[in-house]
Amino acid sequence: MKPLIGTTCPGPRQSELRKGRDGANRIDRVYPTCDGQRVRELRDLPGTRVNGQSSEVARLQLLVGAEPSGDGADHGTAAWLTRLCHVAVRELDAAGVGISLMTGEGSSGTAAASDATSEIIEELQFTLGEGPCMDAFATQRPVLAPDLSQEASSRWPWYSPAAQGHGVGAVFAFPLQLGAVRLGALDVYRRHPGSLSSAATTLALTFAHVATMTLLAGQEDAADGQSPDGIDEALETRYEVHQAQGMVMVQLEVTLVEAMARLRAYAYLHDRRLGVVARDIVTRSLTLERDDQ
Amino acid sequence: MSTLSAERVAKVFVEVTDTLVDEFDVIEFLELVTSRASELVGSSAAGLLLADENGRLQFMAASDEQAHLVELFQVQAREGPCQDCYRQGTPVSTSDLREASDRWPLFAPRAIAAGFRSVHAFPLRLRKEVIGALNLFGTSTGEIPAADVQIVQALADLATIGLLQERAVRHSEIVTEQLQGALNSRVTIEQAKGALAQRHSISVDEAFQLLHSYARTHNLRLGDVARSALTQPSEAPDLTST
Repeated sequence: MKPLIGTTCPGPRQSELRKGRDGANRIDRVYPTCDGQRVRELRDLPGTRVNGQSSEVARLQLLVGAEPSGDGADHGTAAWLTRLCHVAVRELDAAGVGISLMTGEGSSGTAAASDATSEIIEELQFTLGEGPCMDAFATQRPVLAPDLSQEASSRWPWYSPAAQGHGVGAVFAFPLQLGAVRLGALDVYRRHPGSLSSAATTLALTFAHVATMTLLAGQEDAADGQSPDGIDEALETRYEVHQAQGMVMVQLEVTLVEAMARLRAYAYLHDRRLGVVARDIVTRSLTLERDDQ
Repeated sequence: MSTLSAERVAKVFVEVTDTLVDEFDVIEFLELVTSRASELVGSSAAGLLLADENGRLQFMAASDEQAHLVELFQVQAREGPCQDCYRQGTPVSTSDLREASDRWPLFAPRAIAAGFRSVHAFPLRLRKEVIGALNLFGTSTGEIPAADVQIVQALADLATIGLLQERAVRHSEIVTEQLQGALNSRVTIEQAKGALAQRHSISVDEAFQLLHSYARTHNLRLGDVARSALTQPSEAPDLTST
């Protein structure tokens, strides 16, 4: 019996990333159902053997899931994002990491940070009305400033000296986005000027991707370490998933973000791969109804 | 000696560089490059793939964007001439796809079924790095003449420079920023295709044409129209109302 989405059940959930004999990664999950039973599920992570590489995404999710939470609430998206910031600091060898959420209308706020100083620096951008994460959000591409002292006269005349005053020498901002859906940005801070290595850049982009998918999927999946939609989809169906997002948005007359959630929910509840559901929607053999759950 | 007239080649290059203005649209730019490359050597179709941060080739633009053709490009994320080209950093071609089924068991049969017989892939090179591939298909067998190969490679190199917006790239930051921007633009377009297809009860291919014609008629960038259609539908009533 699978628990319904949104139903919380008591008892610990455990997820473990395992490598099968064929080299593919699998998630081995055990979770309790509402009638007190325990269900074990072995899930494939599709697309994890592209170019012989295993899924970094799954590894990061499990790291975040295993990260001890600080004081305060254990649950919720904000707590999960804070743990992501802590993991990112270690993995990226950063002085700090922050995540801010923004909307097109300009309302914004810091959602999570690895430490108090990073939180202050995140807030600085909104106070001053300028900064790399705002630019990343606006331009829909990463904004990488390997040397803040070079940016004072051009890009961020107030933010640069202020951030440097807090000991930041370099900032790398990555938008949290998926096509037209824009959620905010993830900032990586370093004390000393210098470019992010290629490997660190890829890893930071993966953190941003994981954060985006978590924000879109909700906390339920985040706690489980379940792979949210879109990340490990077979390469050939990736664009169909995005097309299906647009179609469902119109079908159900909801926002694009909600359309993504409904697609995912449908796939989960009917135990079907998201890419297959997407293909059915694109070929018109499946239409989501407004009261479809 | 190239079979192409110098004048014709020059026209194409001027046209491509003319699009590199401040507010250019990256997907439209890549479409232009693929169309012109295809026309220059008389191939039937061309497409362009870029590698994402994980080194996976993602379809970005084609001379003729139809779903069955796009699949041919997408399958090359796993295997095919673009994959080989990307890894080796050199042009890869096959003059007769019917002999390539061992080499590309996934790609070759599909390309043949789509009516193609020859294929050529050119690397998008940035100094020592390869960021993607330009792919040309022909319905007849045969090679592209060597001199023409040089011209297409030059066009591919121009596409790379245009994409990265710097004549001499000083920082790897620019590469990451521009590529991620381009990759995300493509996702937005796919989302918009779906929304418009649903809205007007048309195919996603027709929806793509609609996006293009709307952008042209209103002198807007393709990416901006796609984004509008998804997030501010009331601003583009001709496009978004039934």
